[in-house]
Amino acid sequence: MVEIQTFILYCSLFITLFFEVFLLITYFEVKEELGWEDKYVGKNIKWFPTVTIIVPCFNEELTVESTISSLLNLDYPREKLSIIVVDDGSTDGTRSRLMQFKDRSQINLLWKKNGGKHTALNLALELVKSDLVGCLDADSFVNTNALKKIVPFFDNADIMAVTPSIKVYNPTTILQYVQKIEYSWGIFLRRMLSSLGALYVTPGPFSIFRTKVFQELGGYRHAHHTEDLEMALRLQKNHYKIVNSHGAHVYTTTPLRFPTLFKQRVRWTYGFLNNVIDYKELFFNRKYGHIGLFILPIATSSIFSTLYLAARVLWNNLSSVSDTLTKFQIIGFSWKSPTFDWFFINTGVVPFLTLSAIILTFVILYLAIKLTDGQFTITRGVFYYLIIYVFIVPLWLAKAVFSTVFKRQISWK
Amino acid sequence: MINSKKYIAAFTITAIIFGTAIYVSNILGQKKLEDVRAIENRVALDILSSETQFMLLEETSCKDIGPGFLSKELGSIGERLTYAENQTELNTGDLEYLKRSYFLLEIKDYLLMKRLTEKCGIKPTFILYFYSTKDVCEDCEKMGYVLTALRDRYPDLRVYSFDYHFDVGAIDTLVSIYKVKSDLPALIINGLSYHGFHSVEELEEKVPALKALAAKAKALEKSATSTSRD
Repeated sequence: MVEIQTFILYCSLFITLFFEVFLLITYFEVKEELGWEDKYVGKNIKWFPTVTIIVPCFNEELTVESTISSLLNLDYPREKLSIIVVDDGSTDGTRSRLMQFKDRSQINLLWKKNGGKHTALNLALELVKSDLVGCLDADSFVNTNALKKIVPFFDNADIMAVTPSIKVYNPTTILQYVQKIEYSWGIFLRRMLSSLGALYVTPGPFSIFRTKVFQELGGYRHAHHTEDLEMALRLQKNHYKIVNSHGAHVYTTTPLRFPTLFKQRVRWTYGFLNNVIDYKELFFNRKYGHIGLFILPIATSSIFSTLYLAARVLWNNLSSVSDTLTKFQIIGFSWKSPTFDWFFINTGVVPFLTLSAIILTFVILYLAIKLTDGQFTITRGVFYYLIIYVFIVPLWLAKAVFSTVFKRQISWK
Repeated sequence: MINSKKYIAAFTITAIIFGTAIYVSNILGQKKLEDVRAIENRVALDILSSETQFMLLEETSCKDIGPGFLSKELGSIGERLTYAENQTELNTGDLEYLKRSYFLLEIKDYLLMKRLTEKCGIKPTFILYFYSTKDVCEDCEKMGYVLTALRDRYPDLRVYSFDYHFDVGAIDTLVSIYKVKSDLPALIINGLSYHGFHSVEELEEKVPALKALAAKAKALEKSATSTSRD
C-alpha cells in the first residue's frame, strides 16, 4: 500500500515538473513571436472582414448595457460590425435595459423562451451572414482594439477560430484578486497552448470563428453546460485550427464570493471531464497532435493528481494535529524554546521535488503576469493567490469528479 | 506535426531534476547517518572512559567522579534515530546497524550506572522502556510522550528505550532477566515492571522511585520560592 502511494506521489510530481518544463520550453520558443505580435498585430489592417457578435443573455441586467456599449465602442469599421443580442427568457430587468438599443441599426434584438446559452447562440447563428462570428457573454466587456487584434489572424486561411486574453474586470474582493492572478496564468497557458495547436476551449467572452465553421460542423450543443469547451474540442477533432491572440483583451466580471465561484468552477471542471469523455478518441492519438498526445491527458490527470496531493497534505496535517492533541491530552502544554538542528529538516527526495515544482511555478507566474500586464509587479493579488488558491481548488475538483463519477447533474449558476 | 524533440528535451530536464533531487537527498541522508555514527562513537568512547575511570575507582574514591562521568548524548542519538526511522529515503541497512549499536551502548551505560550505584551509594532512577515498531502500538507512542516529559522534569532520571522485537541478543537477555511480557509498552523501573500505558501522574503516584523524585522536586521548588521571597 505504501509502495503504491509512493509510486503515485512520484508520478504526480514527475508529471507536474514535466508539464512546467514543457511550458517553459514552449515559452522560450515563442518569446520572439510574442514581441512581434505586440508590435505589429492590429496595425495597418488591409482587409476588414464582416463580423457579427452574438450576445446571449439571461438575467444580466447589471452588466448587459456595458457589454453592448463596449462592442459599440470597438475600433472597427461600423458597417462591418453587427451585433445580435438574444435575451434567453430573462426574468429580471434585462429586457428593459436592452430596449434602449432597439433603434440602433447595428444591433438586432431577439427574444426567446429560456432554453440555455447554446439555444440562444444557435438562434442567432441562423441569422448570421458575415465572414466571421463571435460571442460575447453579457457579463464581459471588450477593449476597443480587441477585434483589430483578432482579425489579422484570419489572413491565414487555415485558422478557423481565434480566442482572446480574458482579464478580471475591476476586482474588489480578495477572491477576485485571486482570480485576477489565476486569469493571468490562464492567459499565459492559452498562448502556449495556441502555439502547440492544443487549445481546448474557445471561451464565451469574444472567441471569434469563421462563420463557415458552424455551417460545416453545426451549431452549439448543451455539452454539459460548457458549450465553449465542446466547440473547441469539435474543432480540434476536425483538425480546424484555433489560435490565441494574447493582445486582444476582454474583461469579465468574476464571482465576488466563494459559493458563486465554487459553482462556476464545478461547472467548468465537470464540463471538461464530461466533454473529454465524449471526445475520448482524441486521447493519445498522434493524429491530433499535441492536444491528443499530451495536453488533454495531462489536463485530465492533473485533476486527479491535484486531488491526490491535496488529500495527502490534508491527511498529513490532520495526523500531526491529532498527534499534538494526543500529546497535549497526555502531558499538557509543554513549551520548549525551538532550537535549530539541520538533522531534523526533511531532506527526502519529495521535499526537493516539491521545491523544484514550486520554483518553476513562481517562474511561470512571473512570466504570466509579465505577459498579461507588460511588467511584473508584486501586488496583493499575488499574495492572496499564493496563500488561498491551493486550498480552494481541490474543493471544486472533488465536487466535479464526484458529480461525474456518480452522474449527478450540476447547475449553471 | 508533433515536435518530439521538445518532449525529449522536457523529459531530459525533468529527469535531471529528479536525478539531482535523489542525489542530493542521498548525500544528505548519508551525512545524517554519519552524524549519528559520530555521536555513537563519542558515546562509546565516553563509556570506555567511564569504565576505565570506574576501574581506577577500585583504587581511588567516589569523590573523583566528575560531573561528565556519564555520557549525556545517548538521548540525542535516540531522538535522531526515531526521526530517521520515519525517513523512507535513508539506507535501512545502515539505520539498523546504528540502532543495534545504540541499544548495545544503552545496555553498557545501564550496567555501568548500576555498578556505580552499588559502589558509590548513589541512588539514581533507571527506566528500561520496551516498545514495539513491529505492530501498531498507539500506547507506545503515548508512553514516549510521558517518558520525554518525565526526563525533562527530572534530569537525574535515566531512560533506556529498547525495541522489543529488534534482533539483538542483549535485548532478549534483558527481556528474560526482567520477565518482560509482550504486552507493550512495558517499563522496568528500578527492577519493578509496569505494563501498558501509564500517565505521568499515575507513575509519580505508583512508582516509589518517581514518587521520591517528585517529592524532592517539590521540596526544591518550595525552598527556591521561599528564598526568592526572603
